[in-house]
Amino acid sequence: MYITLNGQKKEVSPSQNLRDVIVQFSQSPAVLIAEVNGTIVKKKQWDEICVNDGDTIELVSFVGGG
Amino acid sequence: MEIAGKMFTSRFLLGTGKFKNKTDLAQAIEASKTEIVTVALRRIDLERHEENILEYIPKNVTLLVNTSGARNAREAVRIARLAKEAGYGNWIKIEVINDSKYLLPDNQETVKATEILAAEGFVVLPYMYPDLYAARALVAAGAATVMPLGSLIGSNRGIKVKDFIQIIIDEIDIPIVVDAGLGAPSQAAEAMEMGADAVLVNTAVATAGNPALIAQAFAMAVQAGRLAYLGRDRSRPVPTMTADPSSPLTGFLYDQSR
Repeated sequence: MYITLNGQKKEVSPSQNLRDVIVQFSQSPAVLIAEVNGTIVKKKQWDEICVNDGDTIELVSFVGGG
Repeated sequence: MEIAGKMFTSRFLLGTGKFKNKTDLAQAIEASKTEIVTVALRRIDLERHEENILEYIPKNVTLLVNTSGARNAREAVRIARLAKEAGYGNWIKIEVINDSKYLLPDNQETVKATEILAAEGFVVLPYMYPDLYAARALVAAGAATVMPLGSLIGSNRGIKVKDFIQIIIDEIDIPIVVDAGLGAPSQAAEAMEMGADAVLVNTAVATAGNPALIAQAFAMAVQAGRLAYLGRDRSRPVPTMTADPSSPLTGFLYDQSR
């Protein structure tokens, strides 16, 4: 199945939770905030949220800015 | 200086963008003794490892997350809520920009976002174009400060809207932070002499040959400007075209009456 992760189409195997997907694709685990289909998912819920075909996931973090 | 019930010794806010490396940033923070720094929120790059900027910001420094990238109030609110989820506090600099040439803030959308976020308990520091009506609306919306621009972001042009910033300083009772365009410590001092409560600088420090020295120079200029403001006469010194001696002119080496 396919998801859209940070604007990119990614193939993921079924029945994975959000944490699995984040670990698989993110190389910057430090401070991440996740949004699934426009809804913020708290870190403690990453294990509970199942990723479904067609989901749109955003992973954001802090960068330099004025 | 007090913002949202929190006391600060430093009146110099530092932005963290554009630094050549994170060591320069850490040294600039240390040299300036800033107590509030801004950061932005972005999608992570899936292709490479990115450094965690927060590791370079001491824990006692208040993190002010900006909503850069937001083109309207709705997007600014979304960014603010995401930022809060990271667990680094609820201080938000609202920045709503939909003009890519001049990067001017949209005051109307900024007021809307301020209203929503202040009601949700955020400490809101909105970046704005110095307009008195907008500043009043921001106060009514629950802003903790107002942050009028001195000139265009990153332009280093100093305070190009001086009269209008002065009006805001004179009329608005919450802290005024002059943000954007301050390119030299003398310009930061000028803002403080006018009565601004603080300034925010990024580009002029981050792109300097020695960011730590320039950061320190800005911090000292801010202090000097503050002292000048506190020590001023009620009426500002009036420039004249004639001289007025500082030393006595009467007879020392010769009698002046001759």
